[in-house]
Amino acid sequence: MSQRQVLQVFEQYQRARTQFVQGVADLAARPQSIETLRSAGVVSLLRPLLLDVVPSVRQTAALGLGRLADYNVDLAEAVVKAGILPQLVRSLPEENLAQAVVQSGALETLVICLEDFDPGVKEGACWAFDYIARHNPELSQAVVEAGAVPLLVLCIQEPEIALKRIAASTLSDISKHSPELAQTVVDAGAIAHLAQMIPNPDAKLKRQVLSALSQIAKHSVDLAELVVEAEIFPVVLTCLKDSDEYVKKNGATLIREIAKHSPELSQLIVNSGGVAAVIDCIGSCRGTVRLPGIMMLGYVAAHSENLSMAVIVSKGIPPLCACLIEEHEDHIKAAAAWALGQIGRHTAEHARHVAGANVLPTLLDIYVDTRSSEDLKMKAKKALKNILQKCTHLPALEPLLHDAPPSIMKHIIGQFSKVLPHDSKARRLFVTTGGLKKVQEIKADAGSLLQEYINAINNCYPEEIVRYYSPGYSEILLERVESYQPVL
Amino acid sequence: MAAASGGREEGGSMAALARLQERLSELREEYFLANRSIDEDRKIKYRAAVKIQSWFRGCRVRAYLRHLNAMVILIQKWWRGYRCRKHFRKMLETAYFIMKMNFYNEMAVRIQKRWRGYYVRKYIHNYYALKKYLQAVSVNNAFVRSELQEYVEMKENEEKMKDLEKKEKEKKYQARKMHYLLSTEQIAGIYNSPFRKSPDPMELLLRNSKPLSHRRKQVKSPFAYELYDWPTCKKPPAFVTALPLPPIGRQKPQGPFRDTAEVLWQRYKPLEPTLRVAESINSPLEKAREGIKREEWRNPIHDNEFLPFSSYHKNENEKYEPSLCKSGKYVQEAYGTKHFREVYPNKWIADKDFRTVVPSIFLFEKFGKTYSRAGQIV
Repeated sequence: MSQRQVLQVFEQYQRARTQFVQGVADLAARPQSIETLRSAGVVSLLRPLLLDVVPSVRQTAALGLGRLADYNVDLAEAVVKAGILPQLVRSLPEENLAQAVVQSGALETLVICLEDFDPGVKEGACWAFDYIARHNPELSQAVVEAGAVPLLVLCIQEPEIALKRIAASTLSDISKHSPELAQTVVDAGAIAHLAQMIPNPDAKLKRQVLSALSQIAKHSVDLAELVVEAEIFPVVLTCLKDSDEYVKKNGATLIREIAKHSPELSQLIVNSGGVAAVIDCIGSCRGTVRLPGIMMLGYVAAHSENLSMAVIVSKGIPPLCACLIEEHEDHIKAAAAWALGQIGRHTAEHARHVAGANVLPTLLDIYVDTRSSEDLKMKAKKALKNILQKCTHLPALEPLLHDAPPSIMKHIIGQFSKVLPHDSKARRLFVTTGGLKKVQEIKADAGSLLQEYINAINNCYPEEIVRYYSPGYSEILLERVESYQPVL
Repeated sequence: MAAASGGREEGGSMAALARLQERLSELREEYFLANRSIDEDRKIKYRAAVKIQSWFRGCRVRAYLRHLNAMVILIQKWWRGYRCRKHFRKMLETAYFIMKMNFYNEMAVRIQKRWRGYYVRKYIHNYYALKKYLQAVSVNNAFVRSELQEYVEMKENEEKMKDLEKKEKEKKYQARKMHYLLSTEQIAGIYNSPFRKSPDPMELLLRNSKPLSHRRKQVKSPFAYELYDWPTCKKPPAFVTALPLPPIGRQKPQGPFRDTAEVLWQRYKPLEPTLRVAESINSPLEKAREGIKREEWRNPIHDNEFLPFSSYHKNENEKYEPSLCKSGKYVQEAYGTKHFREVYPNKWIADKDFRTVVPSIFLFEKFGKTYSRAGQIV
């Protein structure tokens, strides 16, 4: 009984709150009652209800506040100054709440707030825009149509750091959804100002600025070129050496987004020494912070063999190898494996460099390891395949012969069969290191590609040697000894 | 026969006739045989003649055909020769042409070979340029790395400088606060021990620092805390102490009866108003109501209420209409004043009231049964 009474009390309170909020929202729809509402202190009463447990109360309170703010600019300022907006935006992670705010026509008022002189008001309005634009493209479109973007660009130029931060973050969230939105942001002249803010010492500001630029650059080649034309290049490299991890990560992300579009852009990055900076960054960080840097190297190397050679020359392979070995997360390992595959797949030279760094056994181990995820295994296999198909450096292939699974063995033997017919020293080495013996021990289906390769290898050697190394040869010899009749 | 017959004519034609008639059957046979042999002879000769003629004609025709054949062969020979010579000439021309083209192709291949090798080696895959480029890239990388290293070092230095400055500031502040630890002529301070060769650096700091004056800490209203997590606000919240301190300059309470601390606590206990009291009389609702009242008081020109106009009552609409229930023809009905419920005693079945089946409600039982007779049921 007492439990029910307790619950009854709560229910009453909730009902009372709902009624109050609905009543206020209804009254706020009528202009004549707004002044009365205001003098009755409705703003401070609605404020705690914005963080209410019940979502309908929250929504209705936000609606009511929106209507109040919509009616009068002064009231809107009062709303903002009363510290409502931070609480409002804290409750905005719910998307439908954001929708409700948009529908109640708060966007126009927020835009007016952005034009205000007080930086606190502007900041509150920026927070609101940020949270609204974050959810989905339609809401971002609504924000853009309300004319917020030029004002946000003006906000970026303000001296207050926090305002700059949140304006940059808003621009980043707006442009991340689609190329058209990014184009709108660019048309408002945001890139030049964002680029000017890169050397700023504040770490959080740098994070947001770099994130904004990378969201703009990721959509298309033209946008990336525009970003590059803003002369970010040597300056961005200093961000890669910042003490803040996330600044490094965002800087690497920006460079990655630029590099992935076209070989010319990657060339630009290589020419300005970006590759070296990224490689150092990878070497010095740990964990997910490395991921964009690794992907950037992979993209650069994928475009052409000259760029891949440039990556090799900049000493890119050892950090990637270290990543493969040290990292625990599968997706980082997969990215490192992919990047190595992209570097090594162009010509024999590249494959030799990659193989020389002792990468192949590691890749093989990852491929064979049962704990690796499917994605990781696939990437390791593809990388191995790509590198092996070009690798003619036999000493690097030797260790793989001994414990490779059949799918990889095919490629290794294929490579041997291509190189051995032409190189006598290699043949000798192959025999002395026990490779020939190993090859004889492989059982392959007759007529398969593997068998052809094995035959090709066997044809490089005189018959006696082949027979000598074939398994069971010692038994055959002993049998012959037994059956031999000595000539007296 | 004719001769025989002729010869016989002169001998006696009658004898001849007799002789002829004797020989008639033989003559007939002779005649027949002679004709037959002549006929056969003639047939043989005829056939021979035909044979000879046919053979001859055949020879003639064959000779003609031979001749024709020879002519045809001649013509065909000449024609074929002509045609093949023409064909040969053409073949020769094409062979010559092909030979020339092959030659040109060969030469073109040689030229293109040289050109393509040159072009590729110079423009597309210039090995030396590539090598130089890669060298330049590594040089540039080294340069960039050194620059970045310098940048990092510069940043670290800045950090260190900032730290040092902060520490310095701290120390100076501490020195200002602990100004009283300065050593005097008579008493050596802590930092200026007589056994030391020279005074401690702290002592020197103390000597150089100005004493810190008391500053009243502003009491922050609790409503400022809602701004503390707003990003532009830089000051962290100041924690309000729970209890205010008792006033200075108090004398020890008189008497040994109770513990001093207890007495002081009791005396200076902070006010703990109940919720009802704590509710501000300046609540916004009240203020709003007062505001409205004030406005209403303010708006009219004077305080007197408007009296209704004299023509107000004369208005047709305002004529009093009694309700239908109360207005009877001549007199006011008792209904509405005397009683409310209509009662028809002649319709009653019994005198007594209904007997209740359900237990009655005590309160309702008392209706009409008070000590006063005025409320009794009729």
